Amino acid sequence: MSSTVAAPSKTAPAGGAKGQPSGDNRYKMLEATMKRHQYAADSLIEVLHTAQELFGFLEVDLLLHVAHSLRVPPSRVYGVATFYHFFSLKPKGDHTVVICMGTACYVKGASQVVAAIEALGGIKAGETTPDGRVSLMTARCIGACGIAPAVVLDGNITGKQTAGAVVDHVKGWLGNGS
Amino acid sequence: MDLNDLLEIAEKENASAKPIRLRCCTAAGCLSQQGDAVKNALQQAVADADMSDRVEIVGVGCMGLCSAGPLVKIDPDGALFEQVQPEQCASIIASLNGGGPAEASVGSDDIPFFSKQHPIVLENSGRINPERIESYIAAGGYQALFHSLREMAPTDVVEEISKSGLRGRGGAGFPTGLKWATVAKMKAERKYIVCNADEGDPGAFMDRSVLESDPHRVLEGMAIAAYAVGATQGFVYVRGEYPLAISRLKTAIQQARRMGLLGTQIFESPFDFRVDLRIGAGAFVCGEETALLRSIEGQRGTPRPRPPFPAQSGLWGYPTLINNVETFANIAPIVSKGSEWFSAIGTEKSKGTKVFALAGKITNTGLIEVPMGTPLRTIVEEMGGGVPNGQVKAVQTGGPSGGCIPAAHLDTPVDYESLAKLGSIMGSGGMIVMDQSDNMVGVAKFFMEFCMDESCGKCVPCRAGTAQIHKILTKVTDGRATSADLENLRSLCEMVKSASLCGLGQSAPNPVLSTLRYYPDEYQACIDGGAAAEASA
Repeated sequence: MSSTVAAPSKTAPAGGAKGQPSGDNRYKMLEATMKRHQYAADSLIEVLHTAQELFGFLEVDLLLHVAHSLRVPPSRVYGVATFYHFFSLKPKGDHTVVICMGTACYVKGASQVVAAIEALGGIKAGETTPDGRVSLMTARCIGACGIAPAVVLDGNITGKQTAGAVVDHVKGWLGNGS
Repeated sequence: MDLNDLLEIAEKENASAKPIRLRCCTAAGCLSQQGDAVKNALQQAVADADMSDRVEIVGVGCMGLCSAGPLVKIDPDGALFEQVQPEQCASIIASLNGGGPAEASVGSDDIPFFSKQHPIVLENSGRINPERIESYIAAGGYQALFHSLREMAPTDVVEEISKSGLRGRGGAGFPTGLKWATVAKMKAERKYIVCNADEGDPGAFMDRSVLESDPHRVLEGMAIAAYAVGATQGFVYVRGEYPLAISRLKTAIQQARRMGLLGTQIFESPFDFRVDLRIGAGAFVCGEETALLRSIEGQRGTPRPRPPFPAQSGLWGYPTLINNVETFANIAPIVSKGSEWFSAIGTEKSKGTKVFALAGKITNTGLIEVPMGTPLRTIVEEMGGGVPNGQVKAVQTGGPSGGCIPAAHLDTPVDYESLAKLGSIMGSGGMIVMDQSDNMVGVAKFFMEFCMDESCGKCVPCRAGTAQIHKILTKVTDGRATSADLENLRSLCEMVKSASLCGLGQSAPNPVLSTLRYYPDEYQACIDGGAAAEASA
């Protein structure tokens, strides 16, 4: 199966950065993961985790590549990738703000934080600002209930947040670079 | 590796301990409050004061009181510092040298939050370094596994667990021994052990904390279970949302493998056991056992009808034992101390202890472990310290599958049966306290939105039912509902409850039904308010 390393070049759109045959190291790393799992069909979720880690999101071509390598129907790969919330088929913004909407965070006012960021960025939860700077997401529960409401700013969990503090933080991101 | 080697490791570890130990919490709750910076600052301060010959800084797991984090505890004198800031660290170290009192807020472990606990699952949490297997072995770890493999027959182990009266800690409370016996009885060329660490209930973080604080305890429990039922391969299915738990489990598995405590011929017995991790990808329904199994097989996590139960036909069609993290964490102590010791704790039908995650409108948030049968009031008012500037209105247990218990029932003992009688469930252990400012219809709607989103879509009652219930609840909160809508709501809930395929749908209406039962006035007020608004318009 190693001959499929650069397979996506067949389906990649013209100029698609991810379709570069063999030039992209990330494909080698993805290949190594699949090899470690012996290209077993049941390693699909593990492989998609690695793919998303490497590429940031799961482009359709990438899904086709995985389907091809693991010898599973593309429909199943697409089905799995869209079933689980963790997998994203759209690119994320430069910065991400994840607001926990678990029960503890909910009763401590997390929805006000969401509303404030939605208003600030002019986006809904799950969307990215048009300039691609900030993605706003909500989480089911990140298990940081003891310090609710919790907000994950670019991967760092911060606790006991207020709408104002998060707005200030995100404003910094939006201002930066625009 | 045999018992002597274990004891030798333990002895060496204890001998290398320095006279003064500062334990810093490095579980997710404290880490997100600069716990890491505090640990580094303490280390720096010790080096600066040239005291590293007698003072050591140890990163440990969760000490429980998340609301006061980051926590630092000093051995042997037992001083506890709360909300430690990195800049206070130098003064803490100086105080050890007689340099005056430390400039940090001093806590006490003589408060009910700590003194009323009965730690079994959490006994090592906050004491040992979760990233060192030696630290676990020094606390007596892996001796229960040795004892099982070398001195007990598999049937004896099953018998011991059955006699202990341990029930599944994932929420449903199925007798663990019975489940083990079923898998043990199956004749198959292969069997599997699965640890369910897909803690999806919002508001619950017990499993995360156990995995972050004492991962070897879970692995040891799984290995004992594997020996008892005749399995050779195990999987831990962890939520993708718990990166720290995943990394500590990975470390723990590697360490155990290197020491020969996992792998082939463990403790020079013919027993082989291998554990692999599977990372979830964010689907609440995967906490349901048949959905979890499909997810391990790399498929969409949709449940299937039972029977056959996973114990008969699970992973790839082979008999599979699935238990929750906390259940596995109870195994080693039961094997070492005996079933009688365990069954003496708790109530007649609910044995042992239960870990609860206290959160919401409560002074002391964090993790507690109490004997089954402890009154809710003790947990919420004494240990939790009650609601700051307010009164308890309700306690929500069991997450989206549970219900709201009103303040009037606070004297209920916490066990499987009593909570079920109140229309809630024990669940995995999330306990969210709500006060007068929380609107119960809003809470019901919040949970229904959760279930609607998380419904996998396989069976119609759940897929369509949760959406319809949510629609009616929205009508209620918008003030557009009529009394007929409430009737519809009730019957729809009953339908979804009885007709859904899996636990998600069957329990999804619980938050609505329990709030309808205890807070009908709030629903009525929405309707009357809506009607009044219309009349005046």
